[in-house]
Amino acid sequence: MATMTKQRIAQILAKQGILIAFAVFMLAFTIANPKFITVDNVFSVVRSSAILGVMALGVTFVVISGNLDLSVGSMMSFSTIVVLDLHDKLGPLMAIPAMFAMTLCLAAFIGFLVGYLRLNSLIVTLGMLSAIHGLTLTYSGGQNMDIANKTGTWFGVFGQGSALGIPVPILIFAGLAAFLGLVLAKTPFGRKVYAVGGNGTAATFSGIRRARTVFMCYLISGACVATAGLIQASRSLGSQNTVGQGLELQVLAAVILGGASLLGGSGTVFKTVIGVLILGFIQNGLLLVGLQFYVQFVVTWVIIILAVWLDIAAKRGKLWSPIA
Amino acid sequence: MQAGQLSDAMKRGAIWGFIVLELIFFSVAGQYLSLSDSAFMDLDNMLLLLKQSAPIGIIAMGMTIVMVNGNIDLSVGATFAIAAIVLLNSMTWPIFAGLGDWVIPVAWLLALAVGTLLGALNGLIVWKTGVDAFIVTLGAMLGYRGIVFMFNGENPTSHLNWTLVDLAEAEFLGLATASWFLLGVTLAVWFLMTKTVHGRNAYAIGDNREAAVNAGIRVGPHMLINFAIIGFLAALSAVVFYSESGSVNPNDGQLYELWVITAVVLGGTKITGGAGSVIGTFGGVIAIQLLRKGLGHIGADTSTVNLVIGLILIAVLFLDRQLNVRGKEELKV
Repeated sequence: MATMTKQRIAQILAKQGILIAFAVFMLAFTIANPKFITVDNVFSVVRSSAILGVMALGVTFVVISGNLDLSVGSMMSFSTIVVLDLHDKLGPLMAIPAMFAMTLCLAAFIGFLVGYLRLNSLIVTLGMLSAIHGLTLTYSGGQNMDIANKTGTWFGVFGQGSALGIPVPILIFAGLAAFLGLVLAKTPFGRKVYAVGGNGTAATFSGIRRARTVFMCYLISGACVATAGLIQASRSLGSQNTVGQGLELQVLAAVILGGASLLGGSGTVFKTVIGVLILGFIQNGLLLVGLQFYVQFVVTWVIIILAVWLDIAAKRGKLWSPIA
Repeated sequence: MQAGQLSDAMKRGAIWGFIVLELIFFSVAGQYLSLSDSAFMDLDNMLLLLKQSAPIGIIAMGMTIVMVNGNIDLSVGATFAIAAIVLLNSMTWPIFAGLGDWVIPVAWLLALAVGTLLGALNGLIVWKTGVDAFIVTLGAMLGYRGIVFMFNGENPTSHLNWTLVDLAEAEFLGLATASWFLLGVTLAVWFLMTKTVHGRNAYAIGDNREAAVNAGIRVGPHMLINFAIIGFLAALSAVVFYSESGSVNPNDGQLYELWVITAVVLGGTKITGGAGSVIGTFGGVIAIQLLRKGLGHIGADTSTVNLVIGLILIAVLFLDRQLNVRGKEELKV
């Protein structure tokens, strides 16, 4: 009987552990500094998490389908630079769809390699990380990109504007999260993504086109990256060509923190959002408590490992791994 | 059977064939495109290339062990930076003030010990918690880098010890100190992986962990030791490099893990473990450095280098799979 309850507690922890952890964090930081929970502060945290968050939404699909995407960081640099460059050449109205098209081409290339040619996604996206970085540097000629006339354009609305008192990046993030959450949870396509990631062979035998599903996941990731690039470009109206460098690993950290397994087949959009928010609020909370900026990286390290560890410990029913 | 052997031989020779191809291409293209007078295949140039390969190459040897064992380590770049800071900073500590130049071996040992410990910590976590090495070392990469920044903020850590610089810039039999370290590490790791029980067990574990466990191999301690080795080698790489340069930026070593993994995969190590060779990795390291240097020689900039290396990595993966598929089909016939 006692073991039964213990197992139940473990199950609840495994399923909702990330939410509980989130609540504990928020409570602890609020007690430490009441400023933490004010509307202004919450908005500013979510707003600065939005770029990372939008990218994490797309990567969630890729990870659930059993693959990895390490190229999102340099792809985000690429779309930021491209949209800034085209803004002056074509005007904002044409620049945005053109940038989306170019980013989706890159994503489609990765999707083709991983989905249809079935190459290892870690190596492919590692290669594309380097290749797209090179492409961006070539495109920009190594220069930073700036919009010539920063005051005379409506382009800044995606990063700086607000509607109904809510900053636009938050609206984009929330809207996209709601839409992609529905796609993943309520549509046949979403179920195919889980099936392909859970057991690819079984999915193929039950008539799911595995290659096409993986391909679509990378397209979704690409679209999210393009959106993130748009927000980034619009926020500062100018950018270095390494703006997204290193983001791929933070994005992955957020997705893993949300409980998606790297083996594929598990994870949800909602939990990824929680993962993103945890990273954002920890960063902010530690600063408000008065700790150095860089402490957040060490804390993130501990949290990621603890989160994944407790998750698998609850699944196997034992805390320590059975590896001899 | 013969077909399998043939494709095996092709795969093993591929990296060296690629290197020869690079040499020919850059020599010929250099005649027309290069701005400098000296030929690409110049002996001095090749020796310099070996020396420049050392930082990535030494770490790549450790990555080969870890990847053959079926794991991966993304934290090597951050370990590299921490070891560099320990090396340069410990030489200024007051407790060592009375040591004179004997502070050098002490600082080296300290840096190497810290690297080994950081690696072992990763290994211990992978062993005891059962969390995938990718996640553990991804976290460690953030955490270790955080420690680097906490130490001195965005500022570089510098200390020049001229005896040490002389030592690092010395040449012995025409090869620089760093080159000797690269060759020595390559030889030692080759010996470890091919001639010792530990090495053979590493292959067995990477190939089929269940079977290795059933055969009585203790998987956990092996992983711990291998992670300690890669930590040690990341620190050794830092020690060799920063003995000469004497100044470390907190961002140093970033993206090293990507370069190292690229070199190891180019050298034919399987990402899923169980297969790979130290000699192949050495070829992969040289091939990458040759590409960087060669493209520079014919006037291409870093952006082209990034582009080309990324695409080559993907092409190698594709060719490798095609070779494997063909080998299997021939086996069926």
